[in-house]
Amino acid sequence: MKIIAIDREGAEHSLEGRDGWTVMEILRNAGLPIEAECGGACACATCHVYVDEAWFDRLPPRSEFETEMLDMATAYEPNSRLSCQITCAAGLDGLRVTIAPE
Amino acid sequence: MSNQVETDAIIIGAGPIGLFAVFELGLLDLEAHLVDILDRPGGQCTELYPEKPIYDIPGLPFVTGQGLTDRLTEQIKPFKPTFHFNQMASGLQRQPDGRWRLSTDAGTEIIAHVVVIAAGGGSFVPKRPPVQGIEAFESRSVHYAVRRMEDFRGKNIVIAGGGDSALDWTLNLAPIANSLTLVHHRDGFRAAQHSVNQMRELAAAGRITFHVGGVKALHGLDGVLERVTLAGGDRKEWTIVADAFLPFFGLTMKLGPIADFGLNLHENLIPVDTARFETQTPGIFAIGDINTYPGKLKLMLSGFHEAALMAQAAFRVARPDEPLRFLYTTSSPSLQKKLGVA
Ligand SMILES: Cc1cc2nc3c(=O)[nH]c(=O)nc-3n(C[C@H](O)[C@H](O)[C@H](O)COP(=O)(O)OP(=O)(O)OC[C@H]3O[C@@H](n4cnc5c(N)ncnc54)[C@H](O)[C@@H]3O)c2cc1C
Ligand code: FES
Repeated sequence: MKIIAIDREGAEHSLEGRDGWTVMEILRNAGLPIEAECGGACACATCHVYVDEAWFDRLPPRSEFETEMLDMATAYEPNSRLSCQITCAAGLDGLRVTIAPE
Repeated sequence: MSNQVETDAIIIGAGPIGLFAVFELGLLDLEAHLVDILDRPGGQCTELYPEKPIYDIPGLPFVTGQGLTDRLTEQIKPFKPTFHFNQMASGLQRQPDGRWRLSTDAGTEIIAHVVVIAAGGGSFVPKRPPVQGIEAFESRSVHYAVRRMEDFRGKNIVIAGGGDSALDWTLNLAPIANSLTLVHHRDGFRAAQHSVNQMRELAAAGRITFHVGGVKALHGLDGVLERVTLAGGDRKEWTIVADAFLPFFGLTMKLGPIADFGLNLHENLIPVDTARFETQTPGIFAIGDINTYPGKLKLMLSGFHEAALMAQAAFRVARPDEPLRFLYTTSSPSLQKKLGVA
């Protein structure tokens, strides 16, 4: 599956997603500037992304933990997600995410 | 010099590894001073996951982040470490006598034989909302903490965030503010329920205003805030009068001044050797999450081991003429005396 990631400069990156990996891990392994300070434990909100509107409702919904952690994201938008809480799966081929500002 | 002290070892960072370093140094009779920008010990354990369980500390099948910090603090008590909290370690210089002088942003100067960098992922600093031009207001009108409540008397205050800090300061400042507006992106909070209830009562009584939304723009001149533009959940924008903006989005880790200590850095980590955990600068050690070497694991287990080996090497630097004996805490009367149990 492919993930399209848009970085903070607006450049598009086409990344190979891997089943079972989180979107945060794919972004980080590609060297994109995602801080992910807590390593994916849903404890820091520094892996914040915006999910393309067309995709937002197709993702499994946020857990209560994620909703609460998003309170610590500085530039919340209705389509905000923590990328460590999105797991790559076949149905998500073509997922588009934009890395939130720092 | 107002506030100068001398000791054996300076530890930068009072996270779990810095704390345990006090123990290992203490067994060798080396006294330590710790510096941390936070106001309490524990680093990531207390700042990021105080309530979360940890299962991989040998001999402790289950402990929370706060629990582990409390136990480490207890364990090092016999060595009477000195803590310098709320201070950023900001400068490091070698003295003519070969010792190190560390200065902090609060004016403390510590002179010691060795420096142990246990700075983890860097110093915790407040998250800055990505609002254009916010830096210009930071010294005068935008504050990430409240140092003196009086400074806010009679002000028109905007607070952003949905955690305990945002709620607590809303409640504390409401009585002295001219006006207070709390903005948060949802009508739900990650804060103590009684604070949320109190906030809602104040809002219902018209003493504060609560909006679901965010801060979009700051307006003013020469760093003095005059107005703030807010956007609601429906993206509708409007502007209100404000003299102070307090964003409370928690903390993030930034390497900070350590980057300017003249140390060799590799992707913001400090390379060390695995026998001494010393940096390429003799007398400066690095342990815990901040260091890197082949096979490094960012686990506390590994950091504790690094602290033990570092202490042996630090002893050689600090006490070159004294014998270094290997002893067990179980059977050594002299260690037990230091621990206050014999
Ligand atoms: C959610 C989560 C779960 C985790 N679970 C586990 C687990 O189960 N098991 C495990 O082994 N590990 C776990 N970890 C990792 C573990 O917390 C870290 O390995 C550990 O905290 C590292 O300790 P440290 O003392 O090296 O650094 P830190 O805990 O990062 O502390 C460093 C301290 O140094 C201070 N500091 C830095 N620079 C300066 C400066 N210039 N001036 C003043 N102060 C400064 C910082 O403010 C901070 O307090 C977890 C981490 C997270 C985020
Ligand atoms: S990596 Fe910390 S919340 Fe996702």
